[in-house]
Amino acid sequence: MDTEMENRGLLRFLTCGSVDDGKSTLIGRLLHDSKAILADTLQAIESTSTRRGLEALDLSLLTDGLQAEREQGITIDVAYRYFSTGRRKYIIADAPGHEQYTRNMVTAASTAQLAILLVDARKGLQTQTRRHARLVSMLGIQHQVVAINKMDLVDHDRAVFERIRDDYLDFAERAGMTGVRFVPMSALRGDMVVERGTGLGWYDGPTLMDILESVPVSAATDAQPLRFPVQWVCRPQEADNPDLHDYRGFMGRIESGRIAPGDAVCVLPSGVRTTVEAIHVGGEPRATASAGQSVTLLLRDDVDVSRGDMIVSPDTMPQGLRQISADLCWLSDTPLDRARTYLIRHTTREVRAKLMAIDHRLDVNTLEQMPGDRLSMNDIARVRFKLAQPVFADPYASDRATGAFVVIDESTFNTVGAGMIVQDEAADD
Amino acid sequence: MNAHPHPSVRPPLMSHLDWLESEAIHIMREVAGQCARPVLLFSGGKDSICLLRIAEKAFRPGRFPFPLLHVDTGHNYREVVAFRDRRAAELGERLIVRTVDESIRRGSVVLKHADESRNRHQSVTLLEAIEEFGFDCCIGGARRDEEKARAKERIMSFRDEFGQWDPKNQRPELWNLYNARTHAGEHVRAFPISNWTELDVWQYIEREGLDLPSIYFAHEREVVVRNGLLVPVNVPLVSGALTNPPRPGEQVVIRRVRFRTVGDISCTAPVESDADSVARIIVETASTDLTERGATRLDDQTGDASMEQRKKEGYF
Repeated sequence: MDTEMENRGLLRFLTCGSVDDGKSTLIGRLLHDSKAILADTLQAIESTSTRRGLEALDLSLLTDGLQAEREQGITIDVAYRYFSTGRRKYIIADAPGHEQYTRNMVTAASTAQLAILLVDARKGLQTQTRRHARLVSMLGIQHQVVAINKMDLVDHDRAVFERIRDDYLDFAERAGMTGVRFVPMSALRGDMVVERGTGLGWYDGPTLMDILESVPVSAATDAQPLRFPVQWVCRPQEADNPDLHDYRGFMGRIESGRIAPGDAVCVLPSGVRTTVEAIHVGGEPRATASAGQSVTLLLRDDVDVSRGDMIVSPDTMPQGLRQISADLCWLSDTPLDRARTYLIRHTTREVRAKLMAIDHRLDVNTLEQMPGDRLSMNDIARVRFKLAQPVFADPYASDRATGAFVVIDESTFNTVGAGMIVQDEAADD
Repeated sequence: MNAHPHPSVRPPLMSHLDWLESEAIHIMREVAGQCARPVLLFSGGKDSICLLRIAEKAFRPGRFPFPLLHVDTGHNYREVVAFRDRRAAELGERLIVRTVDESIRRGSVVLKHADESRNRHQSVTLLEAIEEFGFDCCIGGARRDEEKARAKERIMSFRDEFGQWDPKNQRPELWNLYNARTHAGEHVRAFPISNWTELDVWQYIEREGLDLPSIYFAHEREVVVRNGLLVPVNVPLVSGALTNPPRPGEQVVIRRVRFRTVGDISCTAPVESDADSVARIIVETASTDLTERGATRLDDQTGDASMEQRKKEGYF
């Protein structure tokens, strides 16, 4: 049992769909059929289902988190759920379907590797479906699964499934998305979620769970150039041990690439080149490290490095940008104010920023450009910022970690915007 | 993209524990980097024991960039209190203890009656300690799988000057770009093991060979059965005095039990178990059919939303 539970990796995914597409039921079904729901929780939803006069167990109750939501019967924020199978641990980001909550969808998508898009078989593709698909693609999620749900309500008709699939493929091709998978299902009855069920015998592809279990999770990012934003510098001079007097460890997480002692690196913004002397975790040496790992780097030369700096591969360096062009999703009730200065947090670096221009807004349903000079909650626009100090960035499309940033309001300190760097223009510095 | 210097070395897939650990280290280092006066809440319980190991991996060979704080209700299991002190000493880190008794003496906590559970009142003592030391971030071991309201809590969770959590007005949290900025008087709570489940915690304890207070393992104990839960009675405090007497008419029995969660004596109940090792506890945890809090917490059963209510008031 123990060995079976080891080394299964971890997959983060999100579910999206319109309000009545059965998203909560699907999550409930995944948790229920993978035995992630324990008896007391099940009992609680059983008694609530009965109290509400429902005949069957309402699995959607499992994902209702907050009191306000229970009162209104809607999901208003991102909730995280966990389950694991023998092979893998899963983190589900449950994002609400209402149109006005683009920001929650973007939040949930920002950490996901896979997206499940729910489509009601009776309704086919909706504006909402296309919007979610485009956001998922914009947020750089590797895997897309289109779950064509409520097949029981269309007599399990294969033609319905195929028509929706073809519609979607048409749309995906025009939108430049590839590698989309399709599963017909009934989350309510449990067909093709974890079990194959009885109604969809004509479908011989994988169940949703088969897909979740088999998609590759190893980050493609370890084949990319090294990006190591420094979070903290360890200088234990005050320690009793004189051996540590000269210890200077640069602590952070490898966002992309791999590293080993002896590798040449470059420190930004200084541009100083040096060599990796050692890699430590908790003071213990490691032979190598790769994307995703939190480590401490010791460098051969005594170079000045502090939080906010980035240690990178000297062969393929990110660009130092004093101006960034980005797709910005606005998250706050208070619209973006051109007159104000904001803080931008990019990797471990924080810089002051001023809006230069809103080039155009994006229609969140079609991602088509439209004119606009305001940015309100849930809007997405292509914008340009001018920065007080440079950031070292890659385009979001090639590196999520060094292409993403958040905008912080200088007076409230709230997080008000989420940006994805689209191009590297005006590189200076 | 240029050729990588180690093209032939394909790194092994990170296991889920590697991934969770790395994320937690990253979060702790963000706290260190962003906050001026953080503190780590250490109760001697299993979740905060994991936090200490993560802090070692994050900051050694340096010292932790924060002290440890325990809010002691005065009704904690003495085995856990002893463990707390020993562990802090082994690590050579500073441990601050503030007690609900001090708050009672100050008059900021008023018990309805002498036997009222002090669990809820920890919030007051915690907020007083935050004010006393000017802490701007409390690192805690809460997990999202524990409870419905926690499933929506941010990893860096903002608290206003009254220590309140506003679930409808949380800061958006995207990618791994955490925002721990606060004004004077406000603070954030940081939860590095948000994404861990109870089973992950036990697997991590096993992998890392972490030491635990003895009451996590099967032992014989005097209990009564109350509302379907095993309630420990006649529990010795640090002072030697006994607390939690049985109520009139209750029959005291001796059962072999272990604790899944450890907190104030008045509100943590053990489960029946023979598991006397971490490996056996993992087997039991993987096959249990009761949630951690459902099986063991006397305070979460007062209403469907009781945790959410307490969190709004500043509870951990």
